[in-house]
Amino acid sequence: MVPLRFLDSGECLLVVEFGSTIDAELNERVLALDAALNRAALPGVLETTPTFRSLAVHYEPLIIDRADLVARILTVEAEAEVARRASRAWVVPCSFDGPHGEDLVEVAERLGLSPERLVALICDQPLRVHMYGFSPGFAYLGGLPAELAASRRAQPRPPHPADAVMIAGGMAAIAPLPMPTGWWVVGRTPETFFAPTRDPAFLVAVGDTIRFEAVDAATFAALAARVATGERVARPEASR
Amino acid sequence: MSARVLVRAAGPGVTIQDLGRRGSARWGVTGCGAMDPAALRLANRVLGNPDGAAVIEVSLGGLEIEAEDGPIGVAVVGGAFDVRLDGRVLASAAALTLRPGMRLTVRAGAAGSWASVAIAGGIDAAEVLGSRATHTRSHLGGLDGRGLRAGDRSTIVDPRRGPEMPAAIDTAPLAADQGPIRVMLGPQDDHFDAATIAAFLATDWRLSPRSDRMAYALDGPPLAHARGHDIVSDAVAHGAIQVPGSGLPFVLMADRQPTGGYPKIATVIGADLGRMAQIRPGETVRFAAVSLEAAVAARRRLADRLAAPIRLLPLLRGDLTTSDLLAVNLVSGTIDASAPPEA
Repeated sequence: MVPLRFLDSGECLLVVEFGSTIDAELNERVLALDAALNRAALPGVLETTPTFRSLAVHYEPLIIDRADLVARILTVEAEAEVARRASRAWVVPCSFDGPHGEDLVEVAERLGLSPERLVALICDQPLRVHMYGFSPGFAYLGGLPAELAASRRAQPRPPHPADAVMIAGGMAAIAPLPMPTGWWVVGRTPETFFAPTRDPAFLVAVGDTIRFEAVDAATFAALAARVATGERVARPEASR
Repeated sequence: MSARVLVRAAGPGVTIQDLGRRGSARWGVTGCGAMDPAALRLANRVLGNPDGAAVIEVSLGGLEIEAEDGPIGVAVVGGAFDVRLDGRVLASAAALTLRPGMRLTVRAGAAGSWASVAIAGGIDAAEVLGSRATHTRSHLGGLDGRGLRAGDRSTIVDPRRGPEMPAAIDTAPLAADQGPIRVMLGPQDDHFDAATIAAFLATDWRLSPRSDRMAYALDGPPLAHARGHDIVSDAVAHGAIQVPGSGLPFVLMADRQPTGGYPKIATVIGADLGRMAQIRPGETVRFAAVSLEAAVAARRRLADRLAAPIRLLPLLRGDLTTSDLLAVNLVSGTIDASAPPEA
């Protein structure tokens, strides 16, 4: 196994780097350390941020110094190897129809696929939540087939709708808050993935999987109406 | 006692801030918080507030406020802003009691980009994910997730008076650090060769007008990447200096996205984040590399200076009576009553 690298970004952020690639196995090690560090609740550790291949540890150096922190992380990481992390598998309805898949036809053309084929490829397998970033609830999903490796737009497009499903750079994403984006909007889910005053505010955890289920625009509207009353329409995968 | 603060006028970029949103970066949530965290702490301490009480952060756009229903204690700390009470010029760092019918104006002054206007008791905005800080891009926190504007009202958590006579706040705790902005190299300094790092540290960078709460853009000779300008996205610190494809660095500030995909050549140390924030577009900045040990020592010295008793210096010296001087010292337990008035 590649040894950990410890990188400083100023005196309050220690980046524990597990590698330099996007890879589910590497990300599992990140999540194992994240869970173990949070269980350890070290005084002076303020917050941890798991990303594709590293764990960012925000700390207060006037409470815990870097050498102590590194020593504790190495101990915790050695024990974290055996810890099993609970993850969930979700089925998420998504409309790829005209009003929702705003960029579907354009990106399908770029990829040399029919829109139907593109939708089938997205829905064909569970996608793994690798990390959150960019904006609140923006979830990066890995596991797309190689045929869907569309490069980003050269220029960002205007803000996408809430709960957009997008692809770019070989990944998919769910983006709860409207923002300008360089990604391609291929669909929209009626589920609310981020609601600041709900508990939990964020529906899915890093390490969970998501399988999109294509629904038409009429079904989308019916599901969105149920979501508006507080119901959840994303559901656990039946086999789990 | 109940009291509210009424916004009479607010320029763009005036928001409610505290020390930021902790614990949600893992969900893609921006930390936000004060651009000059030390100024926010000092303003709160003058009034006896908790360090992280919510304040109004004033941009170069300026602010005018009044008190409603009852008097409120106010402390202004930050850049060299023009601070006036009913038109009378106070010090740019000032503590006072704002009574209904009086008007406090805080406008861009000789230098600096941000000022914290703390209210005794703290501003009572709803906490979102553990913080009252406003993030306008994602519409979270503060007042409806947006900047303040004329007609807005905020209630005060537990209103108290400030000093009866307006007083200047001794800002020596903030002014002690001078010279270049100190950085620690990394975390991706290995994406740049030694000559490029030397050039980064030898350049007088000019702060671009494209700068905002999210990032300060620097203009100067572009920096060359030794190993490309893309990295797999990872977390970014407040103060991280990212170098995108253009080679022109950005200093990531309070409203930075929680993750980024460009190499970070260096990171501004915590003790200098406020000094960095106070630089104005058009002004120049130079960076100096320091060790982790030096960064922690600077952090400790700043924390110690902020923890020491804060001195209030009377304004309008000629008109003061003994009772006025005593009143100045009644504002809170954090004031050092034994400190002599400045000569």
